[in-house]
Amino acid sequence: MRHDHITSAKQLSREDILTVLDRASEIAADPASVSQKQQGSLLGLLFFEPSTRTKMSFSAAMKRLGGDTVDMGPVDHSSVKKGESLADTIRVVEGYADALVMRHPSEGSAQMASEFVDVPLINAGDGAGQHPTQTLLDLYTIRENAGLNDLTIGIMGDLKYGRTVHSLAHALTNFNTRQHFISPETLKLPRSVRYDLHDGGTEIKTHTDIEAILPELDVLYVTRIQEERFPDKNEYREVAGQYQIDAELLEQARDELTVMHPLPRVDEIATDVDKTDHATYFEQAHNGVPVRMALLDLLLGDSDE
Amino acid sequence: MSEQELRVSKIENGTVIDHIAGGQALNVLAILDIDGSRGEVVSVGINVPSDRLGRKDVVKVEDRELSQSEVDVLSLIAPAATINIIRDYEVKEKHRVERPEAVTGVLNCANPNCITNENEPIESSFAVLENGVRCAYCDTIIRDSIADYIRGA
Repeated sequence: MRHDHITSAKQLSREDILTVLDRASEIAADPASVSQKQQGSLLGLLFFEPSTRTKMSFSAAMKRLGGDTVDMGPVDHSSVKKGESLADTIRVVEGYADALVMRHPSEGSAQMASEFVDVPLINAGDGAGQHPTQTLLDLYTIRENAGLNDLTIGIMGDLKYGRTVHSLAHALTNFNTRQHFISPETLKLPRSVRYDLHDGGTEIKTHTDIEAILPELDVLYVTRIQEERFPDKNEYREVAGQYQIDAELLEQARDELTVMHPLPRVDEIATDVDKTDHATYFEQAHNGVPVRMALLDLLLGDSDE
Repeated sequence: MSEQELRVSKIENGTVIDHIAGGQALNVLAILDIDGSRGEVVSVGINVPSDRLGRKDVVKVEDRELSQSEVDVLSLIAPAATINIIRDYEVKEKHRVERPEAVTGVLNCANPNCITNENEPIESSFAVLENGVRCAYCDTIIRDSIADYIRGA
């Protein structure tokens, strides 16, 4: 791949995306073929915010490639607590690892960090900005279940602050897709994402209600509406209640509908959906390992080079 | 002697920034980081009658010739501004401001959660769009009231 750093889904071309997905498919089919591929390589984990899936799947991916990880650990126990700047932290840690994975609460932090290091830096979430590796595993899951051509996808929930949504919407402009955005008025896509989608020739179809559009969808991508975004808790409960799906609602959907969620969910997907054929979110989370293995292997290259 | 010349006299050497939209002169000084601290003589005319703009602001900076790249950033807040380079009381060069592709270090990002608003050793950077500017770090687009985000204003 021609990128040293993966900071935003915007930088990924269709060719880049397909290269990673194809490699991930090969690895998923024969994981033993790469089990020693990155022996001796170290991946630095810098998570300035809590993470379960992303951190564990990066760690699993690196170890399944034969490599290992070094972990900054929780912020409370690090030099960040003493007031060290991100620019300093990242330049120090660069010396400990062959590639870095970083999650940070500020938008633009990954872009800034990438300007200070020479080893590949992967954005694992920058505030409400971008989460490009989640997007790669989302695209992999979509391709496996619904295909990426002639796709009708609904993206629902917190579209304003949801970094997985921003990255996915950008990346989907590389494919022949119809994107429907379903959210309360206060949580619709930010201006910058709408600008890019228009720029990429994508028509943005917005809805405040899922029911009318549900029967048309091949994929429904649900995200969590976060309570902390609402100063008024009553308003939160009222809004969040309108963006929940359950098995009964999905009876109106196509039989082949794929329901995805970047997780964690709270109650936006009722547990009765888990038993339906629509539920794909756990498979989606598992896909994080082969996709991240593929990405790390492409960025790190052959360990004996 | 006309009324306007009485208000702000001719300068011998330096730069006259003319045809600034009325009320933007202090923002022009802020965006150019001109505050007189280097001893330069600065004259400011605000809401001066103008045939073209109705009311305009004028800024005269003595003994300093501002380069094109220095003044292009003014296109964000004063797109009609003209730049006159003065030598020996004569206008030796006259040009308009042009929209730059990017501006660095002059605007604060409107997003309080942007990394450029934290205590990091970086300058803000914005791509200049047809209608507004866009943060090179967090992607936030500023369309309205760009002058409100001038660093140090």
